[in-house]
Amino acid sequence: MGLFIAQLLTGLANAAALFLVASGLSLIFGVTRIVNFAHGSFYMLGAFIGYSLMQVLPGAIGFWSSILLAGLAVGAIGVIVELLVLRPVYRAPELFQLVATFGVILVIQDLALMIWGAEDVLGPRAPGLKGIVRIMGEPVPQFDLALIAITPFVLFGLWYLISRTRVGILVRAATQDREMVGALGVNQSWLFTGVFFLGAALAGLGGAIQLPKGGADLLMDFNILASIFVVVVIGGMGSLPGAYIAAVLISVLNVFGVAYIPQSTLVLMFVVMAVVLTVRPYGLLGREEVAGEHGQVGEPEKPIKPAGNLARGLVALLLVLLACLPFVAEPFFTILATDVIVFCLFAASLHFLLGLGGMVSFGHAAYFGGGAYVAALLVNYASAPMELAFLMAPIGAGLLAVIIGWLCLRLSGVYFAMLTLALAQLVWSLVFQWDEFTGGDDGLVDIWPAEYLSDTTAYFYFTMVVGIGGILLLRHMAHTPFGYALRASRDSARQAEATGIHTKRIQWVAFTIAGVFAGLAGALFVFSKGSVFPVELEIAKSFDGLIVVFLGGVKTLSGGVVGAASLTVLQDFITRFEYWRLALGLVIIAVVIVAPRGIVGSIRAIAEQRFSRGEVER
Amino acid sequence: MRTTKRWIAAIGATVLSVVAGSAGAADPIKIGEINHYKRMAAFAEPYKKGIELALDEVNGAGGVLDRPLEFIFRDDQGKPGEAVKIAEELMTREGTVMLTGTILSNIGLAISSLAAEKGYVYLASEPLADSLVWEKGNKYTFRLRASTYMQAAMLAEQASKTDAKTFATIAPNYAYGKDAVAAFKKALTALKPDVEFVTEQWPALFKIDAGAEVQAIERAKPDAIYNVTFGGDLAKFVREGTTRGLFEGRDVYGLLTGEPEYIDPLKDEAPEGWTVTGYPWYDFEDGSNKAFVDAYMAEYDERPGIGSLVGYMTVQSIAAAIERAGATDADSLIAGFRGLDVDTPVGKIHFREQDHQATMGAFVGTTTVKDGAGIMVDWVYKDGADYLPSDEEVAKLRPAN
Repeated sequence: MGLFIAQLLTGLANAAALFLVASGLSLIFGVTRIVNFAHGSFYMLGAFIGYSLMQVLPGAIGFWSSILLAGLAVGAIGVIVELLVLRPVYRAPELFQLVATFGVILVIQDLALMIWGAEDVLGPRAPGLKGIVRIMGEPVPQFDLALIAITPFVLFGLWYLISRTRVGILVRAATQDREMVGALGVNQSWLFTGVFFLGAALAGLGGAIQLPKGGADLLMDFNILASIFVVVVIGGMGSLPGAYIAAVLISVLNVFGVAYIPQSTLVLMFVVMAVVLTVRPYGLLGREEVAGEHGQVGEPEKPIKPAGNLARGLVALLLVLLACLPFVAEPFFTILATDVIVFCLFAASLHFLLGLGGMVSFGHAAYFGGGAYVAALLVNYASAPMELAFLMAPIGAGLLAVIIGWLCLRLSGVYFAMLTLALAQLVWSLVFQWDEFTGGDDGLVDIWPAEYLSDTTAYFYFTMVVGIGGILLLRHMAHTPFGYALRASRDSARQAEATGIHTKRIQWVAFTIAGVFAGLAGALFVFSKGSVFPVELEIAKSFDGLIVVFLGGVKTLSGGVVGAASLTVLQDFITRFEYWRLALGLVIIAVVIVAPRGIVGSIRAIAEQRFSRGEVER
Repeated sequence: MRTTKRWIAAIGATVLSVVAGSAGAADPIKIGEINHYKRMAAFAEPYKKGIELALDEVNGAGGVLDRPLEFIFRDDQGKPGEAVKIAEELMTREGTVMLTGTILSNIGLAISSLAAEKGYVYLASEPLADSLVWEKGNKYTFRLRASTYMQAAMLAEQASKTDAKTFATIAPNYAYGKDAVAAFKKALTALKPDVEFVTEQWPALFKIDAGAEVQAIERAKPDAIYNVTFGGDLAKFVREGTTRGLFEGRDVYGLLTGEPEYIDPLKDEAPEGWTVTGYPWYDFEDGSNKAFVDAYMAEYDERPGIGSLVGYMTVQSIAAAIERAGATDADSLIAGFRGLDVDTPVGKIHFREQDHQATMGAFVGTTTVKDGAGIMVDWVYKDGADYLPSDEEVAKLRPAN
C-alpha cells in the first residue's frame, strides 16, 4: 500500500513539468493554429536559463525567482520568434508555419551549444527541499511534494485567466473562430503575440522547474517533443484541464509500467494515445473541431493543369542532363543525385497525400522506413534476391498504410495528423525494441543490390528509372478522375459526397498509394546505403518530409520534388561548416519569410505577375 | 596559441611545398574522419582534439612514409544514411585512403557494411557494439576501443569477488543497453553460477523516469545493481537514487560511469563507492599516460576525456598501420593493421588477427568525490586481451572472411 501511494506520488510529480510544457503548446495551437515544433526548444531554453540564473541568485528565494525569471525570459524569446518569424507568414497556407518553427529549432540548438557548451549540466537541488519524507515507510522526495502542490495552482491560475478575464474570453473566442474575432475589431496580432508569450513562458517554466529532478542538456528539445504532443492530443487540443488530466494519466501509467512491465517504456504512451483517440476521437476533454476557417486561408487556388509543352520540354532536358551526369561529373555526384532522387520520391508521396489529398500526415516516415525494413528483413532472413525484396517493399509499406489509414481516417485535421504520428511511433518502437528480429538500434546491415546493380552508376540509373518513374506516375494521378475526386474530397467533402464520391474510400486509397510510393523510396534507399536503422522511421524523418513539401510549395504539383531536391543539395553543402545548424535554420526561416507560398509557388506567382503586367503594357 | 601554431605550420608547409616544387613528395596522406560533431558534441569535441594533438606530433616527427598525415573531418548529423554518403565522398572525391570515426554504434555498423561492400578500410574508433567485429565483422573493419563485452566482463569479474547474490540491472532500452546487460550476465554467471538477476529495468534512452525506476529496483531488494545508463539519464538516476537511499548498503557497478564525459557533469553529486570503468586522467604519476595528459593539457588547457585518449590512439594506430603497410592501398592497409602492435599512452596494444579487435583495455576503479568532483580511486588498468572470449568462441561468432 505504501509503495502504491509512493508510486502514485512519483507519477503526479512527473506530471508537473509535462503539464506546464504541454499546456503552453495547447494554448498556442488553440489560438494561432500553429503546430509549434519549437516548443521543445523553449523548454530546453527554460532549463538552461534557469540553471544560469540559479548560479547567481542565492538561496530559496533566488531558486524560485530563477524559475519565474526563466519563464519570463523564455516568454520574451517566444515573442521575438513570433514577431520576427511567424507574423510574416500568418497568411501562408495552413500549417506552413511549422516549417518556420523547425528553422527556429535548428537555430536554438546551435545557439545553446555556443552559449552553454556541449556538456550536460546537472540542475541544482531546491534549497530547503533536498530531503525525503517517509509516507507509510516509503521515501518520497520533498521536492516531488512541492511539484504536486504547485501544479494545481498553475492550472487554477490558467483556468481563471482563460475563463474569468476579458483576455481569456478573447482567447477562447479566437480558439473557436478567429476570423470572427478579427471582424469584431479585436487586434488579432497582439492577441497572438500575447498567447505566444504565455505559451513559451509556460514551456520555459516547465524546463526550469524540472531542474532539481535532472538538469539541462542539448538533446532535451527533441526528447520531450513527442510526449507533449501526446499529452495535448489525449487531453484534447486547446483544453487546459484536459492537458492536466492527460499529463497525470501518462505519468502515473508510466510509473506502474516501469514497475510491472519494464520493457514498456517506449510504447506505453503511444498505446494509450491510440486507445484514447479510438474511443474519444477528439481527446478526453476536446471538442470536435468546428471549421474555424471559412474556406482556406489566402487566395483561392488556381485549378491545376497538366504541364505545358514548355515545362515538359524543360523537364525532359533536365532528365537528359541528369542521365549524362555519370559521364561528366565525379562519381560522388552520382551518389548525391541518387540520394536526391530517393528523397524526392519520398517527398512526392507525402505531397500527394498532403497537397492533393489535404491529409496532413506527421508519420510518413513509417512507410519509407517500413518499405526499407520489409526489403531488409527479406534479404536478411529469407535471403531473398534483391528483385523480390525490392518488389515486396512497396507492397509491405502499402499494407501498413491500409491499416494505419483505416484507423486514422475516422479523424480529420490536426487529430488525424497526431494519430498518424502516434501510430508511426508505435511502428518505430516496435522496430527499435524487437531487436531479436529487427536488430533494434543496430539495424540490419549488408543489404546490398544484386551484382549487376552494385556499381554506383548502374544503381544511379536504376534509381532514376524507378524514382523518377514513380514521381511522374504520382503526378499523372493528379490528372486522372481519381485525382479529381481526391481534390474534391479535400476541398469540400460535403459537396463531393453529394455528387456521389465516397470521400472516405477515396482518401483511404490515396493514403495507401502514398504509402506504397514512400515504401518504394525506402527500398531504393536501403539498397543504396546497404543498411537500415530505426532512424529512418523516426519523427525527425517524417518532419524532414513535411518541411520540404511546405518549403517547395504545398499547393503546387512539383512542390515536394523541388523542395526535396533543394534541401538535400543545400544540406550537403551547408553541413560542411562548423555551425551548419544555425546556417540551415536561418536559411529555412529566410525562405519561409521571403517565399510564403513555397519555392515553386512564389516563383510562379512572380512569373504570373510579370506575365500579366507584360500583357497590359502590350 | 593554437592558432599561431597552426599559422606557423601552414606557412611552413607552404614554404616547404615551394621549396620542394612540384616533386609531390609532400602530398599528404588523407584519412576520412566521420563523426556526430554536433549531435554528440560533448564526446566528439575532446575526441577531435585528441586527434589533432596526435597529428601535430606525427607530422612534427616527419609524418608517415615521409608524407604528412591529414584528417578530413565531416559531420554526419547523427544519421547513418548521411554517414554512408559522406564516406563515399571522402573515398571517391577527397582522395582519403581509409575511414575512421563514429561514436554511435549504428553509424559504425553502417560504415562497416559499406567498407566491406566497396573495399574501403575502416577503423571504428569509438563505437562499442560487439557485433562490429563479431557477428557483422568483415575483412575491412577494425575496432580500437574496448567493446561493450570487454568492459562488461571487467565489471563482472569485480562483481564475482563480492558475496552479492541478487542483482538488479538498469540499462537504456536499446541495442547497446541490451548488449551490455547480456554480456554482464553471461560473464558473471560463468564466474559465479549461483547469482540471481531479480529485476531488469529498461528506461527509454534519454527519457528515464528516474523516480519510478528507483522504486522498481528498490521493490526487488537486490544485493547489488548493475548500471548502464549514461548522460542525462545517469544524472537523474543518481539523483533520485541518492535522494531515496537506493544505493545505501548496495554494491553498484557502472559501465562507463567513471569516464570524465559522464561523471564530470555530476560534480559533487557523483555517486560514491561505485565500481566503474572510466579514465582517471588526474591520477597518473608517470609514464606514457602522464605524458599524454600533460601534452594534452599544455595544448588545450582543459582536461582530456576518454574521447581524447581514443582520438589520440586512433591517429597513432593509423600512422603505425600505414608505416607498417608501406603503401596506402586497401590490401596493404589491411595487412598493416592485422597483427599490428602500437605503443600508446595506455601501453602496447595489439590488433588481433582473428577478429580485428584491438586489445585496448579500460581502467576499473571505485568512485569517490574529491574537491567537488567525481573521481576514481584504487583503479587498475585492465588489459583488453584478458577479457575477450576464447579463439574458438570468436571463430564461431565471426563469419569467415
